[in-house]
Order: sequence, then structure tokens, then C-alpha cells
Amino acid sequence: MSEESFEPKIVAFCCHYCAYTAADLAGSMRLQYPPNVRIIRLPCTGKVDVLHLLRAFEDGADGVYVAGCMEGDCHFINGNFRAKKRVHYAKKLLDEIGFGGDRLEMFNMSAAMGPRFAEVAKEMVERIKKLGPSPIKKAKAQKGGDES
Amino acid sequence: MIVGERKPMEEIEAMIDPFEKIIVLGCRECVTVCSAGGEKEVGILSAALRLSREQKGRTIEIKEFALERQCDHEYIEQIRSMVPNYQAVLSMACGAGVQFVAEFYPEIPVLPAINTNFIGVTEEQGYWTERCQACGNCVLHLTGGICPVSRCSKSLLNGPCGGSSDGKCEVNKEIVCGWQLIIERLKSLGQLERYEEYIPIKDWSTSRDGGPRKVVREDLRL
Amino acid sequence: MKSASRLEKVLEKGEFAVTSECGPPRGADAEVIRKKGELLRDVVDAVNVTDNQTSVVRMSSAASCFILKGMGLDPVLQMVTRDRNRIAIQSDILGAAAVGVNNILCLSGDHQVFGDHPKAKNVYDMDSIQLIHSVKTMRDEGKFIEGEEIKPPPKLFIGAACNPFADPFEIRVPRLAKKAAAGVDFIQTQCIYNLDKFEEWMKGVRDRGLHEKVYILAGVTPMKSVGMAKYMKNMVPGMDVPDEIIERLKGVDKEKRAEEGIKICIETIQRLREIEGVSGVHIMAIEWEEKVEEIVKGAGLYPRPQV
Repeated sequence: MSEESFEPKIVAFCCHYCAYTAADLAGSMRLQYPPNVRIIRLPCTGKVDVLHLLRAFEDGADGVYVAGCMEGDCHFINGNFRAKKRVHYAKKLLDEIGFGGDRLEMFNMSAAMGPRFAEVAKEMVERIKKLGPSPIKKAKAQKGGDES
Repeated sequence: MIVGERKPMEEIEAMIDPFEKIIVLGCRECVTVCSAGGEKEVGILSAALRLSREQKGRTIEIKEFALERQCDHEYIEQIRSMVPNYQAVLSMACGAGVQFVAEFYPEIPVLPAINTNFIGVTEEQGYWTERCQACGNCVLHLTGGICPVSRCSKSLLNGPCGGSSDGKCEVNKEIVCGWQLIIERLKSLGQLERYEEYIPIKDWSTSRDGGPRKVVREDLRL
Repeated sequence: MKSASRLEKVLEKGEFAVTSECGPPRGADAEVIRKKGELLRDVVDAVNVTDNQTSVVRMSSAASCFILKGMGLDPVLQMVTRDRNRIAIQSDILGAAAVGVNNILCLSGDHQVFGDHPKAKNVYDMDSIQLIHSVKTMRDEGKFIEGEEIKPPPKLFIGAACNPFADPFEIRVPRLAKKAAAGVDFIQTQCIYNLDKFEEWMKGVRDRGLHEKVYILAGVTPMKSVGMAKYMKNMVPGMDVPDEIIERLKGVDKEKRAEEGIKICIETIQRLREIEGVSGVHIMAIEWEEKVEEIVKGAGLYPRPQV
């Protein structure tokens, strides 16, 4: 897989009260953002768990991000702060095993920030393109290459 | 409860490096409460181990499982039929659990995924502190209910030492001086005069110093 | 007399005692001890030998005491409970007494995290007060901790440290009372810079008559520089260095600051001599043993009484 043709798979865990609505708004505004992003709606980013983030990578995601409300604006008061800490923990864990914590990120935005949603999606796709496919995929490709 | 925390991934990965099929075994007692080795941590550790393995182009099959307790044999029995199908058990229980599982399945390596830290309490979510060293000879009635053995960095029975400063221990400003706490408690109990009672040199033979310990209750034995 | 200690004799005679300190080297050279001992000969009544102070490994206190004893000095064996259990402690006490060491200073010792072996396991089989009690039992009752007879018992003059400035302040006098009740003969205090606070503590000591039960030697340490004063103030737990001291050192030219430090030390000793219940001074000139003579002479405490 050459870097040119690599289209990363990205999973975005989005809060129903902000980022998910912002995605909707981006759509209504006819804003272009990369189709690489698969959205999973959460009632709040406070629902996100370290296990969900790791499982996304296990299931083939090249990048994962969590998008919650602006700090201080969580519908459930502090769900987004909890998510931030869990993302931080998972990033550290990914660094520890050499997978790379920078494949995971936390963003904050409001429901009115449709353009910001599109921008974050582009930013993340660019970042993951630079990093290349997930190390799991790289290893599999390598193996396939060796065998052929 | 017994408080523990996961070992660094590098250490765990090195431990299980020779194996392709393992059981990651959690415990639903203390280590679940302190989020070190319960069912959820089994899931997270297993996912991380799979990611780590697969990125190296190797595979690993992990059976995720959690026992009610790893320190009671009726629960350990539950995995008897499972064990022969795996090459190793990575236990997320305290040191007692790891050893007890190993005693029941001598034919398979049982490895520790967590470091057992201390007997302590949950001060708040995500924050645990030590309270007891299991010395086997409690002195809490003499010291206002605060343990000098576990809470004084030097385990002084007639403290504090000269290193107590602003209520903090000389070892580290984040440690509260155990003797400061004892004195404050004696004061609030109206028993400050008890401070001058000399506590004689301790019999440590009831502690680890007497060798591995046991408790036997004949009235309860079957 | 409880022992053959020169320090005890000086104090018994009612003379104002002077002790100092000798830190053993981080090597196996006995010459270092002899040189330091030479600087202190006839200048002080007894010389403390520190026991792996600040938890840094050094030549053993007992061996260093033996060297000083051979030179005719009266060493004080410092003994911390950090590194030895009751078996080793009692054994070292017997050994020290056998080679003529007459004094012991009972301490808990700095925690090992401060030293050069922070990964060490500490012992703390007993604390300093339990050590005082144990040495007294060994000397006066001729018994080991477990009650068996000692033939002959070690005759040691028993000392301990006291920090009048540590927290919590309200138990500083009761703590001395506890040490007195355990059987201590003399006390050497933490370095005194805050004389007002020390006087307040001494008043509490006198109110309970503790100065009549134990000899109190007031601790002093000359400042070498502003940096040292600041370090002592900010970094050493339980040390009380008033700003006036730092300001006074700053007030003189840099090259005269050590001299000023000596001057402050001498003035402190003179004021300490006036305080009822203070039986002597303990001069801790840290790696500056050559200045002890100047301080003793400057304070009018020379020559030392012949006992």
C-alpha cells in the first residue's frame, strides 16, 4: 500500500449534544470533509471507555478520536473532562506498547461549530496519512509480502 | 482492601513473549475495587496485548476471564477444564491470588500482571492510600486510631522524629507525618497526655519477621 | 558516676561542657579521622562520631570512635536505629564499650531516601526512645532487651537529640520528658539560630524541671555562606533560620561572610550560656572542624577543664 493511495479508516466517538450535531450542521452547510471518518454517537463523551478506544484499533481503525463539548459546557457537567483523562490514559498505553498514542486524540467543539467539525476531520485524516496505516495493518501487509 | 496497579506493559509483554495462547485472569475482589485487575482491566489489558502482538506480525489468543476470588479454591476450580488448552495464565490478582492459582495448576506458568502495593483505602475515586502493614499486633488503641507502623515512614512507635515539618514527613512533602496525625487525634479525643506514655519495643515476631504466618480456627475447620 | 566518660565528669562538676562532631570519611583511610581528631584535641570535652549521617555510607561510627579513643579523645558513638536490628545494636554497644567508648547518642536517623542508597530496606526494629531505654537497661540492670544477664554490662553515658524547632511545637517539651523518663543522661539539640524560640522551649523545659534530670547541650553550627544559610532554612526539615541571620551575612562582603558566620556562632554561644538549664554547647562545624578551636576560644570556653 503506497502512502499516496492510503485512505485511513478513522473512528470518531462523538457526543450527541455537540460534535454529532456539529457533524449534522457541517452536512447541512454542504461543507466537504473526508469520508474516512466513521462516526459513533454517544450520549456524552463521558460514556467512552479506554476499552472502546482500544477495540476500535483492534478492529482496524488507523486513527481514533473523541469529540466532546467545549470544556465547561458538558450537558452532564463533566463528562468531557472524564473522557479527556481516559483518552490521555489510552494514549499513554498505546505509547507504552509502541503502537503510537498520537493515533488517538480528544477534540472539543460546540453544536454550532459545523466548520470546526469538518476541520478536525481533515486534520485527523492528514495526521493519520502521515503516520501511515495502523501498525497492525503494516505487520499484516509485511507478512503477506514475505509469503508471496 | 489490597491495592495494586498494573505492571508496565513492557514487563508484561516480556513475560508472555514465549506464549501464543493465554488466559488473562481477573479477580472480582480487591483489585476490582481499585481498578487494577477486575473484569474491565482484563478487557483493556487483553486488547492492548493483542494490539502489541499483532503489530509485530505475531498472533496471540487470549481467553478473558474473571474469577469471583483467586484466593479461594472453589473459584479457582472453575477454570480447571479451561487451563489445559492454554500455555500460561496471566493473573491480574494480588500476589496471593497469583500464587494460589499457581498452586492449583502446577503444570502451567501463572504470571503476575499487577504489582501488589498495600492494604489501604479509597480516599476518593482513583486515589488510594496505605493504612495497614499487617504486623499482626495492632497498637491502634494506643495511638489514637492512627497506625504508626504504616503511617510513619520510619514506623516509630514513639514519634515523631525531628524531620516532621509543617505536619509533613521528611521523606516527601506529600506524605503527612503520621505522628502529627496521632497527636492531632489525641488532642481531639482530649487525651494528649497519653502522648507521654512510653510504647515499649515491639514484638515483631507476629509480623513477617516471624516467618510466613497462618491463622487456624479449629472451630471452623471441617 | 554512670560511666568513665569525660563528658559526664565535666557536666557532673558543673562545668559548661563543649562537644563537637567528626564526620567519618567515605573511604577506608583512618588518617582522615586522626586529622579531624587532632583538630579537636583539648578543644572540646567529647567528640560525636556520626553514623552514616544523611543516610550516606561512611566509615562506621564504632570503628571511627575506636581510632579517636586510641588518640586519647572521648568519642560519642552515634547510633541510628535505621540500619540495625536489636541484635546488631546490642552487639555494637558491647563492642564499643569493650574498646573504651563511654558515650552513646541514640537517634532514629535520617530516612534512607536522602542518602546514596535510596533503594535500601530500612530496619527500625526500634525507635530512638526505645534505644535509650534499651541502653539504660543494659547499663543499669545489666540485662539485654530480652532480660538475659550481661557480664559485664556496658557503662555508657546516654545521650539523645532533641529538636526544639520541629513540629508540632506543643509536644517538643513532652517529647524531651519522654526521653528523660526513658533514661537519657544528656541531650544535644538541633542547631539553634532562633534564640527566642529556643528560650521559649527552655522555659517549658524548666517548668517541668527537666533541666535537672538531663544535661542539655545546645547545638550550634557556624554558617559558611549565604547559600548555606538559605539551604538550611529552606531545605533541611525541622530547621529554623530567621531572616535576620541571612540578612546579617548578606550585609558583609562575600569574602568576610565565613568570618561573620563564626562571629554569629560565638555570640549565640554567649547568649546560650546565660540561659538557665543549658549545661553546654554542641558545636557542629560541618566539614569545618578546623574552626572549632577558634569558636571555643572566641566564646571564652578555653582551656577545657581537666577532669
